[in-house]
This record gives sequence, structure tokens and C-alpha cells, in this order.
Amino acid sequence: MSETTLLQVKNLHTSFFTDAGEVQAVNGISFNLDRGKVLGIVGESGSGKSVTAYSLMRILTDPGRVTEGEVLFKGEDVLKYSEQKMHSFRGSRISMIFQDPMTSLNPVYTVGNQLREAIKIHTNRNPKQVRERALEMLQLVGVNEPEKRLKQYPYELSGGMRQRVMIAMALACEPDVLIADEPTTALDVTIQAQILELMQDLQKKMGMSIIMITHDLGVIADICDEIIVMYAGRVCERGTADEIFYNPCHEYTKGLIRSIPKFGARHEKLVPIAGSPVDLLNLPAGCAFASRCDCAMKICLTEHPEEIRMNDKHIAACWMNVKKVYDEAKEGEKQ
Amino acid sequence: MSQTPLVDVRHLKEYFSVKSDMLTKLQLKAVDDVSFTIEKGETLGLVGESGCGKTTVGRTLLRLYKPTAGEFYFDGNLITDDNIAKYRKDMQIVFQDPYSSLNPRMTMGDIVGEPLDIHHLYSSKAERRDKIAQLLQLVGLNSEHARRYAHEFSGGQRQRVGIARALAVNPRFIVCDEPVSALDVSIQAQIINTFEELQEKLGITYLFIAHDLLVVQHMSRRIAVMYLGKIVEIAPADEIIYHPSHPYTKSLISAIPLPDPNAARERHRIILEGDVPSPLHMPKGCPFRSRCRYATAECAEQCPELKEIASGHQVACYHPQG
Repeated sequence: MSETTLLQVKNLHTSFFTDAGEVQAVNGISFNLDRGKVLGIVGESGSGKSVTAYSLMRILTDPGRVTEGEVLFKGEDVLKYSEQKMHSFRGSRISMIFQDPMTSLNPVYTVGNQLREAIKIHTNRNPKQVRERALEMLQLVGVNEPEKRLKQYPYELSGGMRQRVMIAMALACEPDVLIADEPTTALDVTIQAQILELMQDLQKKMGMSIIMITHDLGVIADICDEIIVMYAGRVCERGTADEIFYNPCHEYTKGLIRSIPKFGARHEKLVPIAGSPVDLLNLPAGCAFASRCDCAMKICLTEHPEEIRMNDKHIAACWMNVKKVYDEAKEGEKQ
Repeated sequence: MSQTPLVDVRHLKEYFSVKSDMLTKLQLKAVDDVSFTIEKGETLGLVGESGCGKTTVGRTLLRLYKPTAGEFYFDGNLITDDNIAKYRKDMQIVFQDPYSSLNPRMTMGDIVGEPLDIHHLYSSKAERRDKIAQLLQLVGLNSEHARRYAHEFSGGQRQRVGIARALAVNPRFIVCDEPVSALDVSIQAQIINTFEELQEKLGITYLFIAHDLLVVQHMSRRIAVMYLGKIVEIAPADEIIYHPSHPYTKSLISAIPLPDPNAARERHRIILEGDVPSPLHMPKGCPFRSRCRYATAECAEQCPELKEIASGHQVACYHPQG
């Protein structure tokens, strides 16, 4: 583990034990998050990206359980923390903002009340300092008329304003890691641009690391240093933004990129990925994507591909990469 | 005019009255003086943020809401309350949410067959069954699916059923109200392609309503941009994305999240200040002026009308940008 690594996830498995059987939402994902970096996790609904975040924060609800793996924060396993220690850890070291700013604020308390509560729990400030900090945070996230807003209830604010309040609350205790779970999905395009700009700005100012979870490849291309592509609870591919978009090495990533409309290329036909997402109750033996993959080979159906290092900035788990090396070697032999 | 446009909307208005408290009633101008035309076989994209009235436009055209004022000519005929029943067969709608727009107690076959029942489009049970099977095949499902219920389908499959239902009566015009925004990326592309193939095959005209500009610019020949109940700019799709002229359109285009890291690094986002004003308390004059950096005294006086600045490119702004 290098000096700059802040968070290290090793072979994380999370399942939901439902009446219908075990839903394997996360199946052994591993990644590192460096200090001051923005990591994007992208995937479709049911790919396990939110469950990964919930597992890190230990806010899974029954019947969900982490069944295996380690989450090392500065070398300590968060999964082994006592519930009490977890309480002070959440919010102060890692905090989270959610997709829907309408439902994640409490409707019966004022904005100021909720903001002050977060600060009170995690710091030793006196009431006056707490009030000052709350005001300072609202100013920092660009809420206009912050003094008036402190006395208002969530319903009196617009969606963009609420998301700003959520960010203020999450950052009030200067966490090392901010997990943002689809923070702009519920917002309009122009408000989304405001919030993304704000997050980039705050990240530079405060130097925290961000884990950005989204299904929108556009959002992720904009702000992430590194990207993880997930499918059926597994990492397909992991690399820098440039590597993922310009040199995708997993058939699923390639398919995703082909299936989004390009700006200005109206006459290009989209190439969709056939079929529909896998059933997590009955995961196939081999690669989960094999049933939708045009290039699937025999081995894809029986054996799960291991992660292969493509170069120092890029890891992919697809048998096609092995085939490519094999084909090249064979080609070389012929000559 | 060489050819009558299939859809010709003139000065459409749709006002709702909203109770603000016990006594006072406020008027919500959801759609305020909107005019546009759509040629046969063309797709007009309608974009705007939530609450701008784009869905209301679509629903008012189909008389799901009774318009407050304005005219709608369909293939040259004025649509009124009296003759709408006759034209319902020609105009259909596909809704945004494939989960709430299909009756959970009906089989897919009955959902697709209902429009056939209503319009008496078959002479025997066997013909009805065949037609349903054909429709399901047309949208990429198979006849076996007719016996199943909505909960047995994925989001993309449900949306296909919604499309099959709209196609059942051989419509000439379909209002697509955010038909892909509830779907995953890989499924979105399937549905977009289905819409395009149907247009090629059957020559259907679309009003494609969405907030996702990447999808709209892909689908549409022309695009209309709405803001607070008004069309602020309407032009061919390439004009809108390469030469937007209204300050609002410019910032919308610059805010599209581009799935391309290099392009994203190079472009300059025009960030709008503040939020959309409440349609209940509309500012006087241009509705956009409270967020516009070019606003002058003139903008507060009177709302600008749509003016042609290039062939087929209309803008409602006193200070159109190059």
C-alpha cells in the first residue's frame, strides 16, 4: 500500500438474503482510492455500484450483508469497527450524498437545524461556533441568502438548493472521502452543471477524495481521474478516464460507449447492447456479460475472467484480451 | 407553402388554475403562446427543463387537457372537441414511465389489443390475435409475450409494449414523452433504434419530448427549446447544437455532459446563475431575463417574439448571440 492510498477495498462481497434466495449484489470487487483523487464508478441499475458504497459506509439494511472482504481506511479495516466507532467515523472521515435531495433531508426540521446537528455530533465546537460553521458552509456551497436559508424548511428550497445543502452537510466536518451516489441524476441539465462545477471547485479547495457513482458516462468523463466500470457486481474494467473512453478493453464498456448518441453525429446509427441485464439471483458460471456479448467464446460461459493488467493505468477482466495475446503469438509463430 | 405540414400548432395556450391558499387562485401558464409545425415523416425534438411545459404541449395536442386557447391543425384540419374522436386513431402517445403506464392486471396482449377493440379494427378473434402478434414482432418482442403481465418484463420490454400499443391503430403522429429517460443506457439505444426503424418503415411523424439533449439531437431533424411555457428557439438540429443563438440554448448546449474526456476538458461550460423562477410568479417581460447575463431594460418591458434570424432558425430574444 503506497503512501497516498487512502482507502483500499479488497475482494468485497455483499449479498441480500431474500426469500427468493441470495442476491449477490457485489461479487468481489477491489480498488484503491488515492488522496485527493476523483474515482468514478459507472454501471447500469443493478450493477452493484450503490451497494458498494453502502457497504463501505456500513449502512446496508437487512437482509443485506457484507459476506467477505476488507475495507481498509488508512490501513484499518472499517468492517471490523464497533458500531459506536462507526458512528463517529461516518460523517467525519467518510460522508455521503444521495441521489434524491428531496427525500434525504428531514422535512420537519429546518435546514439550519439539520446542518448544526451534523457539526455538533462530530466536532467539539460550542453552540456559537456551530452556528458560525453552519453559515460558513452554506456560503461555501454557494447558497444565496444563507442566513434566511438556515431558518427555512427543505420544501421551501429548489432541488439544486437542497443538493447544495446536502453537500454542505457532508463536508461540514471536512471528511477525507466524499461518496456521491448519483448526485445530479434528479436535477435538470443546467442545475447539474452548477453542482458538478461546485463539487470540482470544493474538491480543489478542500482536497478530499471523491467517489462518484453514476450511470451517466457524460458526468463521469467530465470530472473523474479514474473510472471503474461495473457489471453484475463485478469490476469489468478500471483505468484513467482517457484509457476507459479511448482504449476500452472490455466488451461491455465498448458496448456502452457505442450505445450512447455522439454529440453532432446524428446520422450515425446507435449500436445497442442486445438482451437485458442479468438476474442476480442466478448468476451464470462464467462471465456475467457473456449472454449479451457478441464476441463470447466457450470459455466465457464457464470461467470467470481474471483481471488482467493492460498497462500501468488500466486493468480489464475480459477473455478477449487473452485471446488477442494468443492470436498475436500464433501470428508471430507463423512468420 | 409546398406541402401542408402534418402538425400545425398556432398560439397554443394551456393555463391551469392553482389554489395558493384558501381564497386566492393563481393562474399557472404551463404553455403560453406556442406555435410550431411538423412536416410529414419528420421528428421535432422538444427540449427544456422540468416544469417548462414540454409534456403539457404534447398532452394538450392530444386533448388529454383541454387547451385554453389556440388552434391545432392536423393535416390541414382544425381539431376541435367535436371531431377529436375521429382523429384519435391518427395520434398516439408513448409515456415516460413504462412502469405506471401499463395496467398491471392486464396481459400484454390485452394492452396492445385494447386500441384495436376500441376502434373495431378486426373482424374475428383470430385476426385480433394475429394483429397483436404482428405488433409485438414489430417492436422486437414475440407473440409468446402476449400472455404475460407487466411485472414479468424489464423496463425496456415494457417500453416496447407501450410503443406497440401506440402503433396498434396505425397512427400517423406519435407524441413521445420522455420515452427513454427511465431506461438504462444500453436499453435506451435499443428503444431509440426501434423508433428510428419504425419511422423509416411506416413514415410516422414524431414529437420527441425529452430533457436529454444528446438523445434529442440524435433523433430529431429540428429542435424546439422551451423555457417557462414559451418556445425560445426553434431551428434545424445542427443549427441548434453548433450555432445556438438564445442565451438559454447556449448554456443548455454547453452543459451537456459529454461522454468524451478530451471534449469535456476543452469546452467551456456556461453556468447559469440561480434556478428557474416559479411559473406561478413569472417575471414580467422575457421569462429568462432573471438568469440572463445579457438582460437589459428592454427585456423587462416586453416579452420578445420569435423572429427568424436565418432560414428556418427562429429565436425569441432581443440580444441573440452569434
